[in-house]
This record gives sequence, C-alpha cells and structure tokens, in this order.
Amino acid sequence: MLSGIRLFALGAISALALATAAPVRAATPADTLVQAWAIDDMISIDPAEVYEISASEILGNSYQRLVGYDVNDVSKLHGEIAQSWTISPDGKTISFTIKPGLKFASGNPITAEDAVFSFVRAVKLDKSPAFILDQFGLTKDNVDKMVVQTGPMTLDFHMDKAYSPSFVLYCLTSTVGMIVDKKLVMSHEANGDMGYGWLKTHYAGSGPFAIKEWKPNDSVVMERNANWDGPAPKIKRVIYRHVPEPATQRLLLQKGDIDIARNLGADDLKALKTDADIKLESGVKGTIYYMGLNQKNPNLAKPEVRQAMKYLVDYATIADTIMGGLVKVHQTFEPSGMLGTLEKNPFSLDVAKAKELLAKAGLPDGFKVTMDTRNSPDITGMAQAIQQTMAQAGIQIELIPGDGKQTLTKYRARNHDIYIGVWGPDYQDPNSNAQGFVSNPDNGDNASTKTLAWRNAWDIPDLTKETDAALLEADPAKRAAMYEDLQQKALDTSPFVIMFQQVEAFGIRKNVDGVIIGPSFNDNGFYAVSKH
Amino acid sequence: MTAVEETEGRNGALPPWVGRLGRLLVTLVITLVGLLFVTFLIGRVVPIDPVLAAVGDRASESTYHKVYLELGLDKPLWEQFLIYVNNVLHGNLGESVLTNRPVLDDIADTFPATLELSTFAILIGTCVGVPLGVWAAVRQGRLVDQIVRVLGLVGYSAPIFWLGLTGLLVFYARLGWVAGPGRIDIAYQYDVERITGMMLVDTLLQGQWDAFWNALSHILLPGTLLGYYSLAYISRMTRSFMLAELGQEYIITARVKGVRESRIIWRHALRNAAVPLVTVIALSYGNLLQGAVLTETVFAWPGLGMYLTNSLGSADMNAVLGATLVIGAVFVALNLLSDVLYTVLDPRVRRRG
Amino acid sequence: MSVMSREWLLTEQPASRRQAHVGQAYRTWLALRGNRLAMVGLGIIVVLILMAVLAPLIAPYDPIQGGDLRTERLLPPSWQHLMGTDDLARDIWSRVAYGSRITLMVVALVAVIATPVGLLVGTISGYFGGVVDTVLMRITDIFLAFPQLVLALAFVAALGPGIENAIIAISITSWPPYARLARAETLTIRNADHIAAIKLQGASSLRIIWGHVVPLCLSSVVIRVTLDMAGIILTAAGLGFLGLGAQPPQPEWGAMIAEGRQFIIDNWWVSTMPGIAIFVVSLGFNFLGDGLRDVMDPKARK
Repeated sequence: MLSGIRLFALGAISALALATAAPVRAATPADTLVQAWAIDDMISIDPAEVYEISASEILGNSYQRLVGYDVNDVSKLHGEIAQSWTISPDGKTISFTIKPGLKFASGNPITAEDAVFSFVRAVKLDKSPAFILDQFGLTKDNVDKMVVQTGPMTLDFHMDKAYSPSFVLYCLTSTVGMIVDKKLVMSHEANGDMGYGWLKTHYAGSGPFAIKEWKPNDSVVMERNANWDGPAPKIKRVIYRHVPEPATQRLLLQKGDIDIARNLGADDLKALKTDADIKLESGVKGTIYYMGLNQKNPNLAKPEVRQAMKYLVDYATIADTIMGGLVKVHQTFEPSGMLGTLEKNPFSLDVAKAKELLAKAGLPDGFKVTMDTRNSPDITGMAQAIQQTMAQAGIQIELIPGDGKQTLTKYRARNHDIYIGVWGPDYQDPNSNAQGFVSNPDNGDNASTKTLAWRNAWDIPDLTKETDAALLEADPAKRAAMYEDLQQKALDTSPFVIMFQQVEAFGIRKNVDGVIIGPSFNDNGFYAVSKH
Repeated sequence: MTAVEETEGRNGALPPWVGRLGRLLVTLVITLVGLLFVTFLIGRVVPIDPVLAAVGDRASESTYHKVYLELGLDKPLWEQFLIYVNNVLHGNLGESVLTNRPVLDDIADTFPATLELSTFAILIGTCVGVPLGVWAAVRQGRLVDQIVRVLGLVGYSAPIFWLGLTGLLVFYARLGWVAGPGRIDIAYQYDVERITGMMLVDTLLQGQWDAFWNALSHILLPGTLLGYYSLAYISRMTRSFMLAELGQEYIITARVKGVRESRIIWRHALRNAAVPLVTVIALSYGNLLQGAVLTETVFAWPGLGMYLTNSLGSADMNAVLGATLVIGAVFVALNLLSDVLYTVLDPRVRRRG
Repeated sequence: MSVMSREWLLTEQPASRRQAHVGQAYRTWLALRGNRLAMVGLGIIVVLILMAVLAPLIAPYDPIQGGDLRTERLLPPSWQHLMGTDDLARDIWSRVAYGSRITLMVVALVAVIATPVGLLVGTISGYFGGVVDTVLMRITDIFLAFPQLVLALAFVAALGPGIENAIIAISITSWPPYARLARAETLTIRNADHIAAIKLQGASSLRIIWGHVVPLCLSSVVIRVTLDMAGIILTAAGLGFLGLGAQPPQPEWGAMIAEGRQFIIDNWWVSTMPGIAIFVVSLGFNFLGDGLRDVMDPKARK
C-alpha cells in the first residue's frame, strides 16, 4: 500500500543527493575580478548625471578627465586627457591643450571638441551634479560662450570671477568633468536630448575599462578597454554584483564565490582578520558623520549647550566597537586628505565638563530633545550609543526612527531637533564642505541656497563671507590657512557635532593584488589588479 | 480562503457552468478595476516626497521643480487616476525611479525567476504533500496522522525569513551542502543565454549540465523551504478530502468486493479527491507568490518579490504599485483558473463547505 | 446570576438563550480540554500573556539601553545573559520579554480593528442583500484578490514604516474573510422566526443588526480571528523584518531578527532567539486554533 509513498521518498532523496553532489566552482575565473557591493543607489551611468557612490567608482574606472590628482597625495595634480593648461593673467580663463593621439573605446579620436561638448552638455542637461560647473558662472544660456574650442586640440574655460585655480581644477576632477565621446553620444541623440536617454544606460568613454552592461539592482560588467593610454589591465573583466547583505558578502568571499567584498560590517572585519585566505585593505574616505543641532530649538541654540553636546559623545568607543574598522574619529568639517584640513580632535567624552557647560546655560538638569535617526544599522547603533552618554548629563534624547527618505525630508524642512547626518564632499576641494557647514547666505525659510548651516538654522553672515573669500584666494598656502581658521571657528561655536570620518574597508581574497583605494569614490581603481 | 469558495449558485436554463463562468468573468473585470483603484489610492497618499526620491538630496530647486512637473504631480487627483488607468491599459506602468526602465520591463525580467521558484516549490509541495496527506488519512488518528499534523502546523508557524536565514547558515555556510544566495554562481552567469528567463530550463535547453546542476543547488534551499509551506496546506487538505472519499459507499462496496486496499486508495479514492485537490494546489500556487516576497529577499533571488522589497526601500512607488498590481492580477487569475478547473473537471459542480 | 453548576451548564433544556450559549461554550471547552495539542497551545499563549504583563519583573536588564560597548557586546548565552547580548550590548532575553508586549499589542489591536469592520460589512451585506450586498461583496472581493502580505506591504509603503502603520495595514487586509463569514451567518439567521418577530415589532434595521444579528455572528467570527492570529503575528514580524514594521530600538521580534542577520555567522544567537520566540508563539496559536477547529467542526474531526 505504501509503495507510492516509498517511490516519492526515493525520488526526493535521490534528487537531494544529486543536487548536493553538484559541482560548485571553487573560484572565480582567473581573468575576472568579481566584487560584491550594494549598488542599488545607481540610477545612471551618464557622467552628466551620476551623483551616486557606486556609479562614481564605476565611471572612475571607465572614463577619463582633463586633470587628475595623485591618490596618495591629493595636492599633486596631473593631466589625464589634458597635456597642459595655463591660467590667464586676470585669473578668469584656463586654457587646456589635449594630449595628441588618444582614442575613445569606440575608436574615435579624443579632441578638444569632445571636452567642450562634455562640459556644455553637463551644464545644459542640468542634472544633479551640474552645479559643480555652474559655480564658475556657467549657465545654460552662456555656456556656449564660456567653454569654447580654440583649435583642434585646445579649449578655453572662462569663468565669471578669478576663482582659485586649485578650486577649479579639483572641481574638474569630479565625475561631471569626465569626457564623453561626442560622435558616439550624438549618434544616439533623440529629440535634442544630447544623447541623454541613451547614455543613461550606455557607455562612451576612454578609461581603463569599458562598461559592457548594467543591470539595475543586479550587476555591472566592465571589460578591458584596449584603447586606454595607460598600461593594459591584466584582468579582462570586472564584475560588480549587487549583494546588499554584509553577512552574505562575507560568506561569498570566504567561499571564494567573489574576490572582493565591499560592504563588510565591523564584526565581519574583526572575524576576517584571522582568515588565512582573506586580506583586509582600507582607505579613508571623505564622508563625514555628524550631528546637526537645529538652532530653532531654544535649548540647542544656546552656545554652551552646543559645546556641552560635543563632550557627550564617546567617540573612541563607538569607533572601536560598533563602527570598528569603518570610521576614524574626526571632528573638523574638512575630511583628512583635503587641502587645508585641520587635524584636530579636541573633544572626548567628559560628562563633568558638559555638566558645567549646561549649568552655565541655565540647564543644570539637562533637557528633553528628539533625534531623527535613519533606520540603517550604522546610524541606529550610533544614535543609541549617543543617547546613552547624553543621558549621563541629563539630556534625554527620544529617538525618532524613520527610513532615509522620511528623515531627510524632515531635515530639509528644518523640522528636526537633532539629526544624525552623513555628508561627503562633492568634489575634492575644501570649498565643498565649507559651503555646506559654514555658509548660509540667507537664513529665511524660503532661501534659495539651502546649505547644511541653513538646515540647522545657523545664521552666520560673517563666516559666509569668509567662506566666499577663500574661493578667490589664488595662493594655495594662504587658502589652506583660511580653511583652517574656519574649521577652528566651527569647532568652537558651530551646531555641528562632527564625529567620524568614513573608512572604506575591502575584504580581498589573498590571490588578488593591486587594488587602489583612493580618497574619493571615483578614485578606487582596478586597472592594476592581478590575480595569481 | 478565497472569494470563489462561498459564491452562491444560481439556477437557470443554461448548463450551470456557463452562468458560472460568465459571472466569474464579470467578477474578474470588476476585481481588476478595483485593484487599479486601490493601487492608485495607495500611491497618492505616500508621505515620502516622490520628487526627492527621484532627484536625490543635493539637487537644485529648479531640477526639483522640473521633475515635479514631469511626474504630473501638479494635476488634480482624478486626472492623475485617469492617466494612470489609461497608462496601465496600454501596458505602461510608469518608469521605475530606481532602474530608470519601464516597470513592465522590470517585471518581465524578474517574473520568470519567481515563477521558477514557485513552480519548484509547488512541485515539492505536491509530490510530498499529497502522499503525506493520503498516508495520514489512511492511518487516521494514529501516530503518523499526528506527525503529519504537527509537521503541517510547524510549517504554518515558523517565520519563513528566519528559517531561510538559519537554513543558509547551516546548509550553506557550515555544511556547504547547497549553494548560496542568488540563482547561479557568477562563473556561469554570463554563459547562460536568456531564453525563458528560468535558469533550470535555460541551462537544460542549452545543454549546459554544469550550469544546470549549479542552478539546481541554488534553488534547492529556497525552493524546499517555500515548498514546505505549500506542503503544510496541501497535505492537510488531501487528508480531509481523502477522509471524505474513504467514507463513501463506493469504497465500502469495493472493499466488500475484495479489491486490493492499495488500489482502493490510490486508484479510487485519490482519483475522486483529485478534483478539489487540483483547485487547492492552484490556490497555494498563488499563495506562494507572497511567500516568495520574503524568501527572495533572504536568498537574494532576483524575482518579483525582491523587486518589490527593493522598490519599497527606495520609495519607488511606480515599481511598488506595478509589482503589487501584477501579483494581484496573477493571484486573481489563479483563483479563476482553480474555479474553472473545478467546473471543468467536475461536471456536477459540487459545492464544498 | 445563578450558580454556574455543571448541571446548569450541561442541561439539555436551557432556560434562556444565554444559558444555551454559555452551555455551548462550556461543552466546547470540555472537548478542547481533551485535545493535548490545543492545551499546549493554550499554555503557550498564557505564558506569553504572563511574560508581557510581568516583563519588568522577569527582564533583568533594560530592553533599550545597552551595557558597556567595549565589554558586553555580542556575548553568547550565559547565566548573566540567558540569551546572550546583541551588538549594542543589550540583553536579548530582556528584549524578547518586552517584545512579547509588542506582539500581544499587534494581535489585540488587529483583532479589535478588523473584527468590528468585518462584522459590520458582513452583517449589513447579508441582512439587506440586493445592491448593498453586491457592492459590499465586490469591495471585499477586491481586497481578497491581493495576497495579504503584498497588500500590507503596499499600504505600509504608503503610510510610512512604523508599528502603528503596520497594525493599520494588517487590519485593512484582515477584515475581508470575516466579512464573508459574517455574511454567510447572517444569511442563515435573517429569516429566522425571532428576527421576523422583532421586525414586526417595528425595530429599525440598524437595531436589528446591532442588537440581534451581530451577537449571533460574533462567536464564529471570533473563532476565525483566533485561527488567524498566528498569521497576523507572522505578517507583523515579516513587516518588521523588512524594516517596515516596528522601528529600532523597539524590541520587536521580526526587527530583532533583521538586526541580527548581520551577525548571524559569528553570533547566531542574536537572530535565533527572537526567531524561536516568534515560532513558539505562532505555534501556540496554531495548536489552539487547530484544536478549536476540530471541536467546532465535527466534520473534520470524524
């Protein structure tokens, strides 16, 4: 009677046995580098539009810019596509000469026309990163006259003021300054969109790798570009696979299913230290973790309270435990690795000192306040640790969790008390963060420029002027000193409790060499990678 | 458990199944319009700023305003609904903010993965669940019956995402018996050409045996877990249908005639129980779609369920509503199918419950 | 009230409708008591309720505020920490204990919201029939057309994450089966003699529905809700797991599993403990529900 059941059972068991005996390739192919990374932030691979971390890195490996900098010493600039550049006596024009004989991946030659097109296109399309170019007085209407071709291999970049050359050149190293293949892009133009619809998901660059395929939320495939002017990459393919879970990335890495895991957690890093097949490499990134104290809250508006709160975070413990290996303590608004960064961390957990300051502010018993926290594990963990130390001085924080979009919507409307934020510079120049933290041209609710200082209602006409002045300082040393001064003032008075700077940690299989981890995301390079 | 179960019959001159099918079709249309309305309403009350979701934190005010107009958010609500319905009727579910592609394309890409997983699961659920149910019915009240019952209840009770995580930890990380998250190892991923979008089928069609076994070792864990859920339900229903059949007179007659017991069970009783059973299986196939949402998320299975949760995480409402709509429509279609099957397979159109 | 003696409860000739009802319930209880699985389930639910009530007494640590990050993080289960500690040095047992309050609250609130809605829609539909019935049942069908979790996900996406919104979303998706059940019951009741008698006395429809129809449907709907409770718990946990339900630092079990998944390789206990809690509790409700079904539906018992 049970023969039927036995048969089924037998079938099921043999299916199981077969499947478990199935071959699982132990390693990734020798000519392919496979990385697991959370790439769900990617919305475009068009340099005129890219503003996301993962896409920046991918463009960094597949496009070239006029100028670049040494990833080990950011102060050293060099030409990438540009052979040389000169600055006009009035400081308002930079003239570039393009290197001869360069070719795009498509085979088209790289000329000044492509460079001009790339800048004009970015300004006219006016996507998120366009403001980086707009800062120099470029607008949709005047850009055709501001960026002009002066010969087959030469172009002039005009500006409305004599901005500091270092500022301009650093801005041109960002992804929006990448040079696209005009002929290829324009062959896909539709309805006068300058190839926008096509380039969003396609590739027209000249970097070490060419983007072959991007499947949103799934994978990116890059292949060696034979036309790149640098030494040919040893690996043929780089594959990014979207894996959102750190634990999964680690398993894949340990099993050899991937070569590099990009989003490992603090405890994964700790555990991998003892794994003989894995090495850990890391680089300091520009991203900063900070708390913004809204000055519309009368308690937080008191200068002593602002300073007291800076003494109520256990920076070292957080950086060693829940964020171990992922951040370093950093308290000035310019990240390490930037021109003019003030390397100074004067604050540490000091409850007595904080209590003293609170007493001076007339709040000896502390007060109650809310904090909006994004529900990602890092921010939540940090918030809870801060909540605990603040309570020691009587400051009772009520956490209001929400997802990223919710908390951000509230922050941008200045409806928060305290917000834990993450901020990275838009380009490798100190002005980016100075604009954010210590500039607020109009503190009104309907201001047109809404900086981080504005979001926290910090009204600072003097600091705003100083920030603007630093932009026009031609001498790099003097300029650096101006930023150092701004940072000191922020340490003493600002409503920003700046806590950490991000460290990007890679878990890499031992047989992979040559990964370059640079200061900004588009500096992470894989062209020198080899596998053995 | 479903709408069809309790609908009342109606007597008329036509054969009953004609009226029944006609009414089903009307229900289908009304339900689909209702689905549209519900998804539209949900989409319009989101407190998340859809523009912000599209342009990101640092966009300028002018970019913001441009996108606001592009998304049609300045128009009155009723107009937005009409536009929405019109678009859906033309197969336009809008563009996903996340992927920048038409939602329908995304769904077409991800659906085969879900179909593959659910089919694998329903096969396990049926092939194991039916014999178990029969066995339990035959040994009613005995130990076997109790074990099958508890097994079923355990299946109803364990959170599938937790079982999935634990399963991955034990069978993938510790024991290495199965492959990890995803549908296939990266090493094979770019060798398999997409034909049906179902890995097991595509690899077979292309004769790539290594890749086939690899894909099988990937689907084994999530498919079995999901299958367990349908097994719980299928075995339970099989048991009760079998009990009903085994009490019928024709079985007693057969026994008196001396027909072999195994023949009575597998040939006579099961064949008659098969009619309602088919509808149960079709229904649990539909239910797997929702089990797949959590399972896919845990196993990084690039199907409709993971697409849905990904979109949720980034407030990509077009994608969320598109996926919800499609899952709803498939669910309705399966309900309809189970009803049609019931009508076609059983001319008496028996009524249960 | 007279003394509720066994004889009074089990009499074959109840003196009042109330006595008949109470007697019926008592007989159900007697039958249920003989079902071992149902009793185990009931025991689990009683323990859950005790845990929720006594959480401050049985939890040795604060469920939200953690200990020393440097020395008390991710400790394995021990006598100090029965279920170990999590990444923020919080005692997991204390969090599980307090989490039982959230679970109970979700179940109770969904029942309190969805039951009346289902009852009202069902009884009105069944009592009036005709167009009202058609319209209400079409709406019900539409809601039934979505898989529950998927519809709840869409609602939470619209309302925003949070435990309150999760409860609302689950309630919105839970009432349709109750409406169908109540309608079916109403159809059998509405032509009963005593309803006709009340109608003749000139009572308003609303009064009849509220005073006479609803009470009669109540018991079967309540039993159906009990059968669904395990499902409600699992849906709430699923939402929590996806980050759409209770938000950290609330000790909701589903969210705790999600938090623990980062540590699952080295610190299995972080996500396993809340997982076991969900499993045991929903098993309890399922055992009880299964027993109830057996008792209430003699066909299935046979």
